Amino acid sequence: MTQRAHRAFDPSLLLLPAFALLILLFVIPLVWFFVGVLAEEGSVGAVVERFVDVLTAPGIVNALVTTNWISALVTVLTLVIGYPIAYYLANSTGWRFALVLFCIIVPYFTSVIVRTYSWMVLLGRNGAINQTLLSLGIIDAPLQLLYNKMGVLIGMTYVLMPYMVLTLYATMRSIDTNLVRAAYGLGASPLYTFRKVYFPLSLHGVISGALIVFILAIGFFITPALMGGPSDVMIAMLIERAVEITLDWTSAAIMSMALLAMTLVLYVIYYRVTDVRRMMGA
Amino acid sequence: MPPLRRATDGLGAISLETVTKRYGEEAVVDGISLDIKSGEFFSLLGPSGSGKTTTLMMIAGFANVDGGRILVDGEDITMKSPQARGFGMVFQNYAIFPHLNVFENVAFPLRARGAAEADVKRRVGDALALVRLDRFADRFSRQLSGGQQQRVAIARAIVFEPRVVLMDEPLGALDKNLRYDMQVEIKEIQRQLGMTVVYVTHDQEEAMNMSDRIGVMNRGRIEQIAAPGDMYERPVNTFIGRFLGEANLVEGNLQQAAQAGSTLRIGDNVLLKAPAASPDLAGKTVHLFIRPERVAISTPGPGDAVAEANSVAGQVRRRSFLGNINRYVVAVASAEITVDVQNVGGPRFEIGDAVVLTWAVTDSLVLGS
Repeated sequence: MTQRAHRAFDPSLLLLPAFALLILLFVIPLVWFFVGVLAEEGSVGAVVERFVDVLTAPGIVNALVTTNWISALVTVLTLVIGYPIAYYLANSTGWRFALVLFCIIVPYFTSVIVRTYSWMVLLGRNGAINQTLLSLGIIDAPLQLLYNKMGVLIGMTYVLMPYMVLTLYATMRSIDTNLVRAAYGLGASPLYTFRKVYFPLSLHGVISGALIVFILAIGFFITPALMGGPSDVMIAMLIERAVEITLDWTSAAIMSMALLAMTLVLYVIYYRVTDVRRMMGA
Repeated sequence: MPPLRRATDGLGAISLETVTKRYGEEAVVDGISLDIKSGEFFSLLGPSGSGKTTTLMMIAGFANVDGGRILVDGEDITMKSPQARGFGMVFQNYAIFPHLNVFENVAFPLRARGAAEADVKRRVGDALALVRLDRFADRFSRQLSGGQQQRVAIARAIVFEPRVVLMDEPLGALDKNLRYDMQVEIKEIQRQLGMTVVYVTHDQEEAMNMSDRIGVMNRGRIEQIAAPGDMYERPVNTFIGRFLGEANLVEGNLQQAAQAGSTLRIGDNVLLKAPAASPDLAGKTVHLFIRPERVAISTPGPGDAVAEANSVAGQVRRRSFLGNINRYVVAVASAEITVDVQNVGGPRFEIGDAVVLTWAVTDSLVLGS
């Protein structure tokens, strides 16, 4: 107790400016918007009714289903493609490590719009990919790679890949290579060792990475808006339309709250997972 | 009656034929050859960087062999993968799988070999009973003490009844008392199961306590292979003499070398009787090797000179009390000789006392420099 008195100040004070900014620019406007918009409905009963109306409207239900479906697919794709990349990173050194890490990190620092337009150039009807495939004679007619679900999946998977790879890499890096060696020494084949030792030990990273990618994916807006087709409407796009075009702010508020709720629930799960990880001492 | 089956088929003999390992230009293991018998407890002992762990890793299959061959029961396994060799293995930091409980850790080698569930249950139960961990089957490694983790690692290495078990400094992380207990336990398990053990350590007491034979390594080569007692009594060179316990290596000039006995001169005028030495060493600087506990210390007085013993005058320079022994460092001419006296109530000597040191010639050895 007396020792505490000698401390110059509590280091958590350093968080104050960030907190102030967050509350002023995020929490207050958000609450203001929700309360202001919903107050126009009059009674609490009317608000609840409106909630049910909005969240059961076919267009919005569709968008919610699409959002979750696309997010789930993107999560799986980033995992399937990202796992081997992270494994390579965790088990290499020197210039190979630096090169792969550079390729993962650089897009991470580039604007999402720039990256999305780059993909549009590549994937378009007369884009580089179709041109190449046509000239090689692999296809007869250009593939429809843009303005459909394929385009959305390619774009979002690419944008979200660094989050998956870096999360997996951090976990894999902490796996004791002696354990893999021990498994070999005790007679396990490489495949058995991967299934029973390496993959289970990397599972925390898989779950964390999947949750991060999914949380980010359900709020995606620019990439699906630019690369998707008319049927690939995600919830964030509906919110934007409600605010900018139809000026139906009540619906926008309700949809935003639904999205926020989903995100928070997933975040709690993510927090629990990382907490468990700390308990395991990994 | 041992719970696991005792190996009685005489398998598990290992031969190394001029095995070499290079890192760049440097040979970290430099053409070593040795034969380990079936059921033998063989220790590779040496300071760090001597190549002992690299040798074990080559036997295990984790390090490539750059020259020579490794044979098990006459079969060349040099190019075989670690899993195909079928050795049990205990690692330096135990390498217990953190996501599996004790039972599943021990079951791992059996499941990897596709053993039937009933078989797994029985064998894991037997192995855990052998290391006295039967009540800990559901625990995870983070809930175990260092000694218990060590036991899990041992149970896991023996559960599939391998003919050969390799151990890489398994007790390095344990404290001194526990280490001794574990030495006794490992030795007991090895005797019960009769498997060949290749044991790597830098601790000479550990090697002497457990091994049937020890191979001392230094700078990538084997300096001597012998049973602990023989190596302790008859080291082939000063490195071994110094490495295995306390030793006096009295530097002197070999005056005369003969089969009947030789003479060593230390300082200007002290002549010591020494055992037979190679005639090549005559006239050269050599070391007279004698263990501190083989030297007797007494007050000067009239005594019968014994033909087969040395009796030299000296002066006590230092004294240390080590509990069970009193250690004196005595100046004799230009040399210092360490003497260990069992603390059994004999006379004590103080710094500066004039004393006489006596030892049998047959207890000493002439070692070249």
